[in-house]
Amino acid sequence: METLITILAGVLVTVATYLILSRSLIRVILGTAILSHAAHLLIMTMGGGLKIGSVPILGEGNGTFVDALPQALILTSIVISFAVTAVALVLAYRTYQETGTDKLDELRGMKHE
Amino acid sequence: MNNVLVMPMIIPVIAGILLIFLRPYIKLQRWVSFLVMIVNAGIAVYLLNRIQTEGILRLDFGGWEPPYGILFVADSFSVILVLTTSIVTAICLLYAFSSVGKAIENMYFYSFVNFLIAGVNGSFLTGDLFNLYVCFEIMLLASYVLITLGGRKAQLSESVKYVVINVVSSWVFLIAIAYLYGTVGTLNLAHLSERIAESGQTPLLTVISIVFLTVFALKAGLLLYFWLPGAYSVPATAVAALFGALLTKVGIYAMIRIFTLLFYHEPSVTHTLIGILAGLTLIGGSIGAIAYKDIRQIVAYNVIIAVGFILVGLAIGTQAALEGSIYYLIHDMIVKALLFLLAGTMIVVTGETRIDHMSGLIRNYPSLGWIFFIVMLSLAGIPPFSGFIGKVLIGQGAIETGSYILLALAFISSMFVLYSLLRIFLNSFWGETIISKEDKVPMKKGWIIPCMLLSGGTIVLGLGVEAIAPYVLDAANTLMNPQLYIDAVLNRN
Amino acid sequence: MKINNVILRTVSKVVVFIILTLAIYLFLSGHHSPGGGFIGGLVMASALVLLFIVYDIETVQKAIPVDFKKIAAFGALLAVGTAFGSIFFDVPFLTQSFAYFDLPFFGKTELTTVTIFEAGVALVVVGVVVTIILSISEDV
Repeated sequence: METLITILAGVLVTVATYLILSRSLIRVILGTAILSHAAHLLIMTMGGGLKIGSVPILGEGNGTFVDALPQALILTSIVISFAVTAVALVLAYRTYQETGTDKLDELRGMKHE
Repeated sequence: MNNVLVMPMIIPVIAGILLIFLRPYIKLQRWVSFLVMIVNAGIAVYLLNRIQTEGILRLDFGGWEPPYGILFVADSFSVILVLTTSIVTAICLLYAFSSVGKAIENMYFYSFVNFLIAGVNGSFLTGDLFNLYVCFEIMLLASYVLITLGGRKAQLSESVKYVVINVVSSWVFLIAIAYLYGTVGTLNLAHLSERIAESGQTPLLTVISIVFLTVFALKAGLLLYFWLPGAYSVPATAVAALFGALLTKVGIYAMIRIFTLLFYHEPSVTHTLIGILAGLTLIGGSIGAIAYKDIRQIVAYNVIIAVGFILVGLAIGTQAALEGSIYYLIHDMIVKALLFLLAGTMIVVTGETRIDHMSGLIRNYPSLGWIFFIVMLSLAGIPPFSGFIGKVLIGQGAIETGSYILLALAFISSMFVLYSLLRIFLNSFWGETIISKEDKVPMKKGWIIPCMLLSGGTIVLGLGVEAIAPYVLDAANTLMNPQLYIDAVLNRN
Repeated sequence: MKINNVILRTVSKVVVFIILTLAIYLFLSGHHSPGGGFIGGLVMASALVLLFIVYDIETVQKAIPVDFKKIAAFGALLAVGTAFGSIFFDVPFLTQSFAYFDLPFFGKTELTTVTIFEAGVALVVVGVVVTIILSISEDV
């Protein structure tokens, strides 16, 4: 299971890298969203969140229990990446409105010197 | 009960939320935000004095004992930075009152400044690695909004880069946290420090520390500063001053904290690497500072030089050098804010951004010229201004450990700082005035008073070093002895 | 922009209520089983977004005349307020408390201060999501 999820996280990072390196702004933002999901999966795998066990409450379950912390971390981090993606989408939309393009190579640089 | 510990973060949050409801009352918004910063400064002074008598303070959220819950920890280092942040922000707000304009103020400007400060103070005070990530994100989200307020084309295209860079670096941060949690199974800083010490910092942990170094290098602008000059030169002057004074400093704070508390067992790898990066930053920043004629770019590259300089202190890592770093950190927060405000004011009064298009400003605006002169001396490290003590101590540390290359780079970069600012001074303030009496933009009190306050700050800090010396000494002492921090957090006295 | 889609309209009249019920169920179940303020809020926001799609924005705003930015701010205030409230009882910041009450009809029920916090979170999510959708779709 761990190996499988690690490979999946790797595939997600690959996809995200491809998207982030593309020229279209909206693809870049989708790329960052996928990137954060890869990180969440990694936290899950690294933190032992994939083990099978009961809830970590005293007096319940039969000895083996899962660590609840990775899930709490992931939930927090999902909320944050939701907020960041939302801000980025609105920013991209405003940029498109203002400049009439979502191609990053046309948005390049301020003119100085 | 140490509930007062969370105040520097929670008061700005509540104020920021309330200000959303008070949108039409801009005057009220201004003074509420100003008051929040003053109250924060007061709390910081109170905390600082309590720390001297009671030792490091901590607050367990929800009563969950460490290492299980998250917590805020206040030691001298973090509280000194909270204090400086509050004062600098209050003064930048004063400048913002008369400079940002109704249209931006109406778009929840003050709310987001409050959220930014909440994130910054939270990052300084937190005692949990994941919480540090969350506070970073609060700060960054607020900064994404602040950088775009105004919505000019250049702002939007620069902020796209700024957002993407920071999202990617936050991703690396998350990855580093995942690796560290997978390796040692905790995220509480004190507990982490203890477990890493037990394992003697295995090579695996050293590699993880390099991942952390990458993250904070991106945030602080240590060598990976390519995004910084563009992003810091587009927003409104008051916002740029806040960014220049605070944002990179949070990255520096995190780096100093991580590499003195957690990963201090293999200085030959980590601290050497920081030293190399700091040296390269100094070189790159110096070249940038003298290469451009756009005043905003010159100022932004001066931020980068300061980052390199402060981290030279960390790379050397002796008591004296860390003290120097802390002094220089405080000094730089004040002076960089001032420098950005001055540059913004010069641009407003002349309508030009290039220094070779400005001339003879000192005739029209003598006070502006003299304040710029003070900043220049202060940044170059000439006594009695505040840059002096930091530079002396870092230099002393470098000589003690024989790091002569870093010493040379640090002091040559000071010459470059002096030269780059002197170039602005000679080009823009001396010479024939180009502004005729009719076209002269009157200097507003709201512009010059904050500048005077900040330049007063650098003089007071320079002359009154004796007064803050015990606090800085305590801060450096805590950084040098991680056991103090661990004992205070994990309750083992 | 008005779409005259009879099937969508008829279905959504029913479905919106199902979604809202699910949202409230998720919100209330969050204390002991999967669910909670964030998820409940997202589901609730999706119901509102469905309304925005089926009817046009003006119609819905006439029916629900609230400023969603204010809702988000109010939710944040509620969430931070419960955390802040613990300071007045001289316990650490963010402390929660709970008690069992004998309510008529429900029987023995657990009431906690976390629910207020979660309600705040749900309001923030609804407010933020709808604000984003509105600000992007405003001038298409």
